[in-house]
Amino acid sequence: MADTAVQVAVDEHGHDDHGHATTTGLSNNKLAMWLFLGSECLLFGGLISTYMLYRGRHSASAGPDQFWDIPFTSASSFVLLMSSLTMVLAVTAAKRKDDRNTRLWLTVTAILGSLFVAGQVYEFTTFYREGLGYTTSLFSSSFYTLTGFHGVHVSIGVIMLLAAVGMILKNRIPGDKAEVVELIGLYWHFVDIVWILIFTLVYLIPA
Amino acid sequence: MALIEKPAPIAVPDVATPSSSYGVFRRPVESTGWKSWLFTIDHKKLGIMYGAVALFFFLVGGFEALLIRLQLAGPDGTILDADKYNQMFTMHATTMVFLFVMPMAAAFANYFVPLQIGARDVAFPRINAFGFWCFLFGGIFLNTSWILGGAADGGWFMYAPNSSVPFSPTSGIDFWGLGLQITGIASLTGAINLIVTVINMRAPGMSLMKMPIFTWMILVVQFLLLFAIPVITVALFLLMFQRNFDATFFTVEAGADPLLWQHLFWIFGHPEVYILILPSFGIVSEVLPVFSRKPLFGYPLVVFSGAAIGFVGWGVWAHHMFASGLGPISVAVFSVATMAIAIPTGVKIVNWTMTLWGGKLIFTTSMLFAIGLIVQFTIGGLSGVTHAVAPSDTQQTDTYYIVAHFHYVLFGGAILGIFAGLYYWWPKVFGKLLDEKWGKWNFWTMIVGMNLTFGPMHVVGLQGQPRRMYVHTAARNGEGFFNITFWNLVSSIGAFILGIGVLLFFINVVISSRRSEKAPLDPWDARSLEWLTTSPPKEHNFDVIPTVGHLDEFFHLKYEDRGEGDHHDFQQVATAEELIAEQEANADEHIHLPSPSYWPIVLAFALPVMAYGVIYNLLLVPAGAAIALASMFGWSLEPHTASPADYDPPAPEGGAELEVSTNG
Repeated sequence: MADTAVQVAVDEHGHDDHGHATTTGLSNNKLAMWLFLGSECLLFGGLISTYMLYRGRHSASAGPDQFWDIPFTSASSFVLLMSSLTMVLAVTAAKRKDDRNTRLWLTVTAILGSLFVAGQVYEFTTFYREGLGYTTSLFSSSFYTLTGFHGVHVSIGVIMLLAAVGMILKNRIPGDKAEVVELIGLYWHFVDIVWILIFTLVYLIPA
Repeated sequence: MALIEKPAPIAVPDVATPSSSYGVFRRPVESTGWKSWLFTIDHKKLGIMYGAVALFFFLVGGFEALLIRLQLAGPDGTILDADKYNQMFTMHATTMVFLFVMPMAAAFANYFVPLQIGARDVAFPRINAFGFWCFLFGGIFLNTSWILGGAADGGWFMYAPNSSVPFSPTSGIDFWGLGLQITGIASLTGAINLIVTVINMRAPGMSLMKMPIFTWMILVVQFLLLFAIPVITVALFLLMFQRNFDATFFTVEAGADPLLWQHLFWIFGHPEVYILILPSFGIVSEVLPVFSRKPLFGYPLVVFSGAAIGFVGWGVWAHHMFASGLGPISVAVFSVATMAIAIPTGVKIVNWTMTLWGGKLIFTTSMLFAIGLIVQFTIGGLSGVTHAVAPSDTQQTDTYYIVAHFHYVLFGGAILGIFAGLYYWWPKVFGKLLDEKWGKWNFWTMIVGMNLTFGPMHVVGLQGQPRRMYVHTAARNGEGFFNITFWNLVSSIGAFILGIGVLLFFINVVISSRRSEKAPLDPWDARSLEWLTTSPPKEHNFDVIPTVGHLDEFFHLKYEDRGEGDHHDFQQVATAEELIAEQEANADEHIHLPSPSYWPIVLAFALPVMAYGVIYNLLLVPAGAAIALASMFGWSLEPHTASPADYDPPAPEGGAELEVSTNG
């Protein structure tokens, strides 16, 4: 018994960098990203709960009804959701090892994401000019905190997308290029899904 | 400049990346000297650093506890004023929970999980290093508040609205909140790293139910951390916006609900309790079988009860809030759930007792600490169940009875378990045994000290002495057996005995490290894989990655079952020395480990810069963010191993090699 166990030279072990021979077959990077996203669910869960608790706590003249511009936010939400489509196109291009189209679709995704963030900045400035400051009411504080956190997530996603474009261009991605694109994609889709929740709970459902 | 020769087994990877160094800076490649520690990404070195820093903070937290006990030793104490006293108990708890017990568990997990599952490192060695530096910088950041206007003073749970600026105008609570954000990042990255390591990097043949029990408990803890840390992150962000940016999340006059903080804090805080205790449960579940010369009784039950504690631990948080007026239904539900969680905990106690039953017990210091945990934790567990009874808990809330309870489970549970682990694994980590005679003095002094300190707290608590009360007056202290002045004095004397007990451990370390004799390779006749390597282990852990056929693989390599049917008769067929010699003879030839890196420490350094920025000057925040962003780019562009040009003299090119299964 003792002999057989120690003699085996374990050649198949030790190539996890390339996505095989891990215990589960899943690559370490992908598993880690899923775990991170699981953790993020609780982060947004806490922020959304705070908003839901405080959404009605504002003065009669400074509530959602006075500020929301549903058509505008719907348009920017549409832009963000479409970026999920272009992200999928980037991932499939990366899987085909088609660098040119990968870069193209990553860039388009980044542009759509930036448009969404720009829309949010415009929206925040408008609300602020109309009298909804960060500390105006519990409603405004929790609204800006929740949507602000989401906006920061989108912005970080945009930085990751652009960094990936640059690194693919200079051929400086170590390891599996398609997997790197896929990981950014996982993050990107997650941020989109969170926005669907936020858009529904914050904008669409009346308080 | 010293010549740094490239170690033979390390070779250039066949990754398609340019191998330029960073201009004038070489990539760090040292394997000895201070640079080898500062830039290391070796899980064993990081484990030792985690342990050393955690033990230092243990002394800091202990010192704070002694000041508290000095103040309360007699009526009308004058050692501390009310304000300093508030800071002292807040920082005592914060230090013990976040800067000692959690990182100490991280130390054991870092060092032993890869060894126990037969891996050569963790899944993400650089993230591992980043986690350690976050913990260290976060801990230092927290404690700089002492010299920058005073530490946090709201209790470790920092209840709102008491944590608002009007009630605590110094920056102490800002340091507390931001410091815990930084150590939280350490816990979160550590959790992801260890889960991936355990799920993905087990040696061939090691199914989940053949995994050592310590690794199992660590896995459960990492899932708790993964989901608990983001909740406290939200709470701390809200607190930061409240204190530094004038939001009113917890301002009652503005219509806020102060219970929001309590819910967020305890949704984190109760899983946190299991985060603190489960690693120690894992340690004693390793120690008891070894020194009983029996396998762990009911291994699957211990695994599943650990997982059950992990699940149910999410549904009991409001038992910390019975006095806050939750309403009868909530109270009833959380009361029942709290009683229910005693069941899996009780299962564990029974399993440990049954492991001892009929075993050939060997009372080493490690074993004494493990048995100490069973006894002392059970006392704390029983007083814990009394808290589940809401009417009784309402009476006990905010009294010393609560303080007694959680010190029995945390000191009697978590910390005794940690000491069991220290004595058990010391020879593995440092190659030298800790002295047993000093160890036994260490154990008995600590046990006597802790019972003298925390036992009387039950009495004074039930008499109604509130926690966080900074003086008691002789005139109102009760009579006879229930005189709280007397029992407070006993507690204070006990605390100093306990302090001496802890000191004996450090004396033991010094004495033992001066001795020249080396520990045997398998001093305890152990059962799990971490002993199937040299002490201390080589940089690559195992010469050959073992193939696992059994739970307690190392035991089964040493002993063969010659019994028939249900009758087991284990006969020794090999010694640890023979097994390790055999490994060395068949060693994998080309193992190369990822090279050290500057980026983890640089990235972690950016965090306190941003945190100081929030308190003193917002311009520091973008400065810190820029450092962080730059180091993230450096990080992701860095190849797996250093280029030959980084060595002095430059190393020859190597061929294609067997890569170690790590990335990140």
